[in-house]
Amino acid sequence: MTDRELAGEVVELEIPARAEFVALARLVVSALASSDSNLADERIDDLKLAVSEACTNAIEAHDAAGSQERVLVRCKTGDDSLEVCVEDRGHGFDPAQLPDHPPVTDPDRLKFERGLGIPLIRALVDEVEFSPTAQGTAVRLVMRHGANGIGTG
Amino acid sequence: MDLGLDVEERDGFAVLSVRGEVDVYTAPRFRERLIELVSEGKHKIIVDLEGVDFLDSTGLGVLVGGLKRLRSHDGDLLLVCTQSRILKVFEITGLTKVFAIHDSVDAAVGGGSGGGAGA
Repeated sequence: MTDRELAGEVVELEIPARAEFVALARLVVSALASSDSNLADERIDDLKLAVSEACTNAIEAHDAAGSQERVLVRCKTGDDSLEVCVEDRGHGFDPAQLPDHPPVTDPDRLKFERGLGIPLIRALVDEVEFSPTAQGTAVRLVMRHGANGIGTG
Repeated sequence: MDLGLDVEERDGFAVLSVRGEVDVYTAPRFRERLIELVSEGKHKIIVDLEGVDFLDSTGLGVLVGGLKRLRSHDGDLLLVCTQSRILKVFEITGLTKVFAIHDSVDAAVGGGSGGGAGA
């Protein structure tokens, strides 16, 4: 496949909202990202991690809401980006309401074993958007071709 | 998905070597193994992450929980990691300042919590 053939296509994956399926979502997204030669391996690793975090949050939202629905992972290849949208059918959340963690040098930081996922997503991808949907939350992750990622750009 | 969790003794440390992918599915097994070690009285633990292919925030949560548990027993939890893609996760979250991260088990055993990149 050439990049031209890939651009503009949508690939959708629906997974049961169970922990064992997060690895499958990672696998599909990284395989699709690998077939797009415009993303460096390091950036594919970043996207894989962000997708893992988003799917983990989605599954936890389903658990909390007692939802038996599936989680939708939609990948869209663009001319200059790869976009992954993870949609849950849990009850939704407001990212602005997340508590701030104390600085890492603060001994109280050790009280926080959770809540590292969203900061990771924000750091790893070029663009992230959390939007409420009728049934839950959609997290849109965008990786731009040619962007260098963290620490290099 | 396989998660390898092997334990060996080294100079008063329990060395827990983790292999495979640590995510929301496998993290509970990792957490249980750490808790088991602590309840067996192993309060100086080295977690060797060299065989880990993938680690996300659920894995970080297990490590933070383990460190907290060990510190409450006056113990410590040291890490061994040289893979840049795994180290990156610690760097982004600022946890390189919380954990002593060593290049090898030998360095961790020799350096205690005072050595390594994270100290």
